[in-house]
Amino acid sequence: MRLLHSLAVTCFALLLAACSGDSINATEGARRKIILVNNKDDPRWLDLHRCNSVVESNIMITLFEGLVGEGRDNERIAAPGVAERWEPNDKADVWTFHLRKNAKWSDGVPLTAEDFVWSYRRMLRPELAAEYSGFLYLLKNGREVYDKNLPPEQLGARAIDAHTLELTLTGPTPHFPQILCHTSWYPVPRHCIEKYGSPVDALNPWTNDDKMVSNGPFRLTTYLFRRYLEATRNEHYWDAANVKLDGVRFYSIDSDLTEDRLFRTGQLHITYNVPLSKTPGYLRDHPDVIRNDDNLAVRFYRLNITRKPFDDVRVRRALGLALDRKGIVDNVLRANQKPASGVVPPLEGYEPVPGFSYNVEEARRLLADAGYPGGKGFPKIELLMADSEAEKQVQEAVQNIWKKNLGITMEIKTQDYNSYLSSQQSMDYDFTIAGWNADYYDAATFIDMWLTDGGNNNTGWSNKTFDKLVADAGQSSDAAQRIELLRKAETLLLAEAAVIPVYYYTRTRLVHPSVIGWQPRMLDDRFYRFFDLTFPPPPCSMDLRPPGS
Amino acid sequence: MLSIIASRFLQAVAVLFAVFTLTFFMVRMAPGDPFVSEKSMNPDVKETLRKQYALDKPLPVQYVRALTSYAQGDFGLSMKNQGMWNTKIIRDSFPVSLTIGLGALIIALAVGLPAGILAAVRRNTWLDFTPMSLAMIGICLPTFVLGPCLLAVFGLKWRLFNVAGWFESTDWVLPSVTMGLAYAAYIARLTRAGMLEVLNQDYIRTAHAKGVPGWRIVLCHTLRGGLLPVASFLGPAIAGITTGSFVIEKVFNLPGLGQHFISAVFNRDYTLILATATLYAGLLVIMNFLADILVAWMNPKLRLT
Repeated sequence: MRLLHSLAVTCFALLLAACSGDSINATEGARRKIILVNNKDDPRWLDLHRCNSVVESNIMITLFEGLVGEGRDNERIAAPGVAERWEPNDKADVWTFHLRKNAKWSDGVPLTAEDFVWSYRRMLRPELAAEYSGFLYLLKNGREVYDKNLPPEQLGARAIDAHTLELTLTGPTPHFPQILCHTSWYPVPRHCIEKYGSPVDALNPWTNDDKMVSNGPFRLTTYLFRRYLEATRNEHYWDAANVKLDGVRFYSIDSDLTEDRLFRTGQLHITYNVPLSKTPGYLRDHPDVIRNDDNLAVRFYRLNITRKPFDDVRVRRALGLALDRKGIVDNVLRANQKPASGVVPPLEGYEPVPGFSYNVEEARRLLADAGYPGGKGFPKIELLMADSEAEKQVQEAVQNIWKKNLGITMEIKTQDYNSYLSSQQSMDYDFTIAGWNADYYDAATFIDMWLTDGGNNNTGWSNKTFDKLVADAGQSSDAAQRIELLRKAETLLLAEAAVIPVYYYTRTRLVHPSVIGWQPRMLDDRFYRFFDLTFPPPPCSMDLRPPGS
Repeated sequence: MLSIIASRFLQAVAVLFAVFTLTFFMVRMAPGDPFVSEKSMNPDVKETLRKQYALDKPLPVQYVRALTSYAQGDFGLSMKNQGMWNTKIIRDSFPVSLTIGLGALIIALAVGLPAGILAAVRRNTWLDFTPMSLAMIGICLPTFVLGPCLLAVFGLKWRLFNVAGWFESTDWVLPSVTMGLAYAAYIARLTRAGMLEVLNQDYIRTAHAKGVPGWRIVLCHTLRGGLLPVASFLGPAIAGITTGSFVIEKVFNLPGLGQHFISAVFNRDYTLILATATLYAGLLVIMNFLADILVAWMNPKLRLT
């Protein structure tokens, strides 16, 4: 009996110790103005400069703010952030930013142009091992400073006075404000980092929830690993008067079925995803809770053109032309994805190039030309993909389509995600299925990865004309001419078919009826300072009562 | 008894050392690496990261370093959750798994033992067939089916419990029941088998002949011998049950230790794989050791040999 008693006491004590954090459901969250969002995973880093994933970016755009930000209504138009206004010189290679006088860090310390200069120099220190440091090579002498061939003082970032920042670039960049929306251009708090240790020390504790200082609409207040990360309203934010929410809570729920259950029992405001099998049902029966928006991302086949038969452009074209993209999108994916004719998804100011259509006749002719009439003598080709049930369904459909249209046999090889990435980067594959998300709102983000020395090319494809077109586009200060050069480059890339586009993504999420301010955004960046919650929650087609209510 | 303890201790050290060494070298043979990311990384950056974790050193040097730091109780830094110590990851997540595991253990014993005893005493009646059929189902039914079923009824339909997360004092119930029922099924079958063997012994017949009441025979004469198989099963089972289950932690989104066993491997988090594997091996060794002592205490025959 005594044993049982002590066991019970131990269990109870453990339970108290193990359960931690404050539980809120969606109704309670709406009342307290705390939005509950699933962010899929824990951040790998909380140091802004070391971040490299969407999971981290979602947190960083909540905690920090750059010189400019995406506009409330139009993500394409860069809106004032820390900078009130800015102007380029005639060539668009020197940009002057006028910072707000009332810009402050969350501890009340003024935010100055000097903070930006220091941040950019820090990002370019190789000891920091910042994955996105390459973004800052756009600054004059960026590469040289990173390689330590020039002192950091030579970097093209200069504080003219406390509130004026001048950035000198390597070449004309008319779309520079769009690029600045990326978190790699955000500032970090020098006074906070240096207080707790060396700026490049990976173990510097400045990112702990009791120490971190940020300059965005929210500041970090709680981080419980594998439980949640919570950001609370930053009273020192320049636009704090217009921030409606008091907090944002990011959960790290990996399983889409689990987050779906949490949403249905009123414990989550916004999910990260919707299970593929449930999407059509939600779209049909509960259109008031599902959001299905176009996403600036493309799914494509990456072909290893150093291997047979992919070294033959006719074979590559044939595969691309024989692909029934509409059939795949409508019958397998079923979440309103769009068939992709090119690598650049439809975006404002960039007219799509003709690229790939569905033309089986032409495909058969090309394959016969290449010496494989009716698929005769065509070697077995092996697709490498990351292990996923949903993806397997799609690829099995493609297997049938190519068998039917071209008479060729494709085999599917799955690897766990980590091995898949490694195989792809070491070009140990025939062809793979992959995706690419835009880093910023511009066509170049989908095109310059195919440059001969592009780190993400990984196909062995190299074309001097293409490289020249992209380089010329990069040097062009005329926006219209720049777009024309990029379109020519994309047309060439598709004619050579080192890559076969399949579809443009959509993002599907469940959004609680009490959430106000949701807008379709192709970059899918959610700025919670534009959000609000209504209490009590409005009526809804689903029973979203939390447990115990 | 002392000699048993001494020999078991030496075996334990050898087992731990072997697990540590095998894990260390096997994960390095797997394809992939801890710093691979979706967008290709600048080679300089990767090199710097590899240096930070001493991955640029020859493998034997890394091995000796790891061994030395483990001997000092330092499990190193996680490679996926950068800036986080493995000791902290384990310290945060282990209590969660332990709580759920202990809950599951209590449920497993509370359901499994009486069912098994009843089935053995009333063998070949409906009191035997019903629990044993249920137990068979329990063994066959995977937790990723049972968990969502319980959630559909108690969470979604009746809204009695949270469907996921680890916040409220009732959040252990459904995961513990899911896990506990699976183990209850094993325990019931083991108990039945063990009890039946003892019930057929001569000394039980003697007790019956002397007129000892049935319940006394079961409790005082049979139980100690009949539960031997359960006792030896419980050793490794407790180690498994308290370190958490990947499936249950995914289904219920629990911040427990079980998920790290699997996700560390997927992430090629070399140091965390080593830490979790060593911890699990350590617990397994300790629990087996305790089970051996328990069995020796329960079974006088063992003590004599």
